[in-house]
Amino acid sequence: MIKKLIDNEFVDKHEKQVLRFTRFNRILHAVMIVSFISLALTGMTLKFSYTGWAVFLAKVFGGFEGAGLIHRTAAVFLFGIFIAHIIDLFRRKRKEYGSMKNLFLGPNTMLPTKKDFKDFIGSLKWFLWLGPRPNYGRWTYWEKFDYFAVFWGMGAIGFTGLILWFPEIFTLILPGEVINIATIIHSDEALLATGFIFTVHFFNTHLRPEKFPMDICIFTGRVPLEEFKIDRPAEYEEIMKKGDLDRYLVDPYPPIVIRVIKIFGWTALMLGFSMVVWIIYAMVFAYQ
Amino acid sequence: MIHQKMNLFHLFFFIVGLLVLNGSNLSAQESAECLACHSDATLTKKRAGKTISLFFNEKKFAKSIHSQFECINCHTDLEGKEFPHNENLAKVNCGSCHTKQQEMYSQCLHGKAAKRGDHLAPSCVDCHSSHDILPAKDPQSQVAPLHIPYLCGQCHKEGSPVQRQRNIHQSNILENYSESIHGEGLLKKGLVVTATCVSCHTAHQILPHTDSRSTISRKNIANTCAQCHKQIEEVHRKVIKGELWEKQLHILPACVDCHQPHKVRKVFYDQGMADRDCLRCHEKPDIRSTKDGRLLSVNTDDLVHSRHNRTACSQCHAEVSPLKTRACETIKSKVNCAVCHAQQEENYQKSTHGQYFAKNDPNAPTCKECHGTHKILGKLDSKSPIFPINVPNLCARCHQEGKKAAVRYTGPEHEIISNYTESIHGKGLLKSGLVVTAMCTDCHIAHQELPSNDPNSSVHHDNIAKTCGRCHHGIEVKFESSIHSQKSHTEKKDLPTCRDCHTAHTIKRADQEGFKLDIMQRCGRCHEKIAKTYFDTYHGKVSRLGYVKTAKCYDCHGAHDIFPVTDTRSRLSRENVLQTCQKCHPGATRRFAGYLTHATHHDPDKYPWLFWTFWGMTGLLITTFVFGGIHTLMWIPRALQMRREMKKLHKKVSDSGNSTQSEKEKKDD
Repeated sequence: MIKKLIDNEFVDKHEKQVLRFTRFNRILHAVMIVSFISLALTGMTLKFSYTGWAVFLAKVFGGFEGAGLIHRTAAVFLFGIFIAHIIDLFRRKRKEYGSMKNLFLGPNTMLPTKKDFKDFIGSLKWFLWLGPRPNYGRWTYWEKFDYFAVFWGMGAIGFTGLILWFPEIFTLILPGEVINIATIIHSDEALLATGFIFTVHFFNTHLRPEKFPMDICIFTGRVPLEEFKIDRPAEYEEIMKKGDLDRYLVDPYPPIVIRVIKIFGWTALMLGFSMVVWIIYAMVFAYQ
Repeated sequence: MIHQKMNLFHLFFFIVGLLVLNGSNLSAQESAECLACHSDATLTKKRAGKTISLFFNEKKFAKSIHSQFECINCHTDLEGKEFPHNENLAKVNCGSCHTKQQEMYSQCLHGKAAKRGDHLAPSCVDCHSSHDILPAKDPQSQVAPLHIPYLCGQCHKEGSPVQRQRNIHQSNILENYSESIHGEGLLKKGLVVTATCVSCHTAHQILPHTDSRSTISRKNIANTCAQCHKQIEEVHRKVIKGELWEKQLHILPACVDCHQPHKVRKVFYDQGMADRDCLRCHEKPDIRSTKDGRLLSVNTDDLVHSRHNRTACSQCHAEVSPLKTRACETIKSKVNCAVCHAQQEENYQKSTHGQYFAKNDPNAPTCKECHGTHKILGKLDSKSPIFPINVPNLCARCHQEGKKAAVRYTGPEHEIISNYTESIHGKGLLKSGLVVTAMCTDCHIAHQELPSNDPNSSVHHDNIAKTCGRCHHGIEVKFESSIHSQKSHTEKKDLPTCRDCHTAHTIKRADQEGFKLDIMQRCGRCHEKIAKTYFDTYHGKVSRLGYVKTAKCYDCHGAHDIFPVTDTRSRLSRENVLQTCQKCHPGATRRFAGYLTHATHHDPDKYPWLFWTFWGMTGLLITTFVFGGIHTLMWIPRALQMRREMKKLHKKVSDSGNSTQSEKEKKDD
């Protein structure tokens, strides 16, 4: 059973795969998972302090001081990831894209485009059996939504978190009531972030039946070519047009690496689901 | 010239002489002036509805020891006053001349009673009269020896208010005295040198026999008697046949052990009522009552080590008749400890224990239940049942769960003894042996135990602060000025007292976690809303997780010195709030102090910003989830379809490369 969960039934271990994510981005995502789950777990103990679970978890984390330390350390990591990503963007602009224009307005842009809007309408039609599957490109609109949600979250949760971390400094300028407002924003935005990541985002990457039990592309960075053709037809076409498919083809990882990755993935997944269950329990059954 | 000078000289003397004469005339006139009115036998005034004669008997005064004096010498407040003078004069202060007597009087039982405002207390005039004071040597004087028994008897005769209502342990004093050898000598034979009341009790320094300064205390009585019976000790040493006093000097009986006060008889005591006489029988270990067969033996060892080792058997077991072979056969009543321990007895009678005793309740404890009988050790002896460490066990005999007092108790306190044992007081007393720690009788004051619903009880709601303050004085002072004290309110309020936060028998150390976390629930019992909003804030949430290093009620509001925030003494007043925040947040500024420590986002009127932020965030949350949720749900059928296609595709791929597939299968197996 466990073996089935951590081995991929569809993947041929010798076939070449398409490289989709750089190693740097893969590392950032893995670190982000750890820091995000740490932040969520420690933060939830405070938000749902009225549940027995919170009391138990707070003890596991070594009290509110221990939990606080973990929360702040993880926050620093998340800030680091954010900054590292921005720096990486500029680095890649220089190396790969040459100019801001290419980066932001090229076919691989993260910014919403007209095609995204068309894809969205097309998707709705596809869902309702009114049309074919849209030709998704390098980044789909829901991926772009997730990407910018991080920006929004970093702003909303990160900034209010800093207020709560250094209230003495912020109240040199702002009135004390801002701390109360920051608490509400921090806590509710965090609920939104965790809720969204652990349900919608998880569905997109893990629970979508065609990818079940999980899409490990974000960890390996690799997608089997046949799957790539079906999943991202627009991007495939783009590559074929340029005729440099070989540039993207790499060897798959050995099974042992895949297993480690899957164990990590499952751990994150289970923690995330547990939190969803806990949130629902705390909000619906034990709300105070 | 010389003539002139002489004239001037005469004139000078004449003037001085006139002045002197005039002066003496003036004072003489003053007394005469008083008499102008007060010689009228019909002169009266009304005081408190009673008609009082203001007649001054000149003839009697002339015989008095004070006949040389003017009215104003005693009635000093009339000096230089115009007539008619004030209706009510100040009380004459005899002490201005009789300083020594006044001082003795103020320390004696009479003086103290007067100071207390006891309307039965005698003052100078009650014994000495006012204007017609005669010297004690004058046989006519009311303080002459022959009159003394009558004078004292006015108050101390049987049935008088003093005898009935005050703590006088001797009865039939006057009757006994008049039949005693002293009384007989004085009253029947007119022997004025015999002992009267004041010979033994003194005139002005009357003290109880329990006072070591008293002339009738056990220590001094021999000296008092020896004032007249100079050689008596010599005589007695020969007379008393016992060897006991030679072996154990401290067992030497005092005069009153044989010659009971007031009843001193003209009999020859060939047999003193020494303990030895009692022990002759009661020393035997198997001596039993002929009536009910109970054991009557007395362990002499117990007696020797007891607090009462200087007390003779007959002092407690009164009514003995030394002349009889079995001196004790005349004993009719039980030992009455109140003879000596009057105050304790009085308190006991008011206590629950005493009330049950008065109702003949078989469960009611009496003196001996707690103190024992012959082996009374006092509270300083570690073997004594009333030594602090032993008191919880002593009370437990009845008050432990299931025991006779506990089963009839209907109040809310249970497991009293075991709870106390685990409390800070119990641990201090029983584990550390700290004998000054509070134990049962410190709060439920010994001999005065009353249930908490009795307003006189030391543990009644209104008295608890005072009771705890007996040890925790500093805290009591703080508490009494706080908002929680009734003293801060004009109308009667339902306010908390020590017990409401600290409990009665499960008192915990206030600096330890259990108490610190529990206290929030305690405050919350009354301050329900404010406690709830506290738990909405960071401080409250962290506390609820079970951690104490965050601000709890008392960190900001104070523990015992709680004032309304409008009070400048409050830790949360405008003057102090910043300092209070800075205890934990050293960098706090005045703006920082604007943090709402009891904020809730459920109140749009009070906290509009919080309310709208919360609902704004909630709106965003709901919108996102609805959108994301619908999008995902709609996707599922298509995703399932894709899964089937992927499987087909996979099959195609694996069919084209059979070798790799078989390899994979091997591995799976």
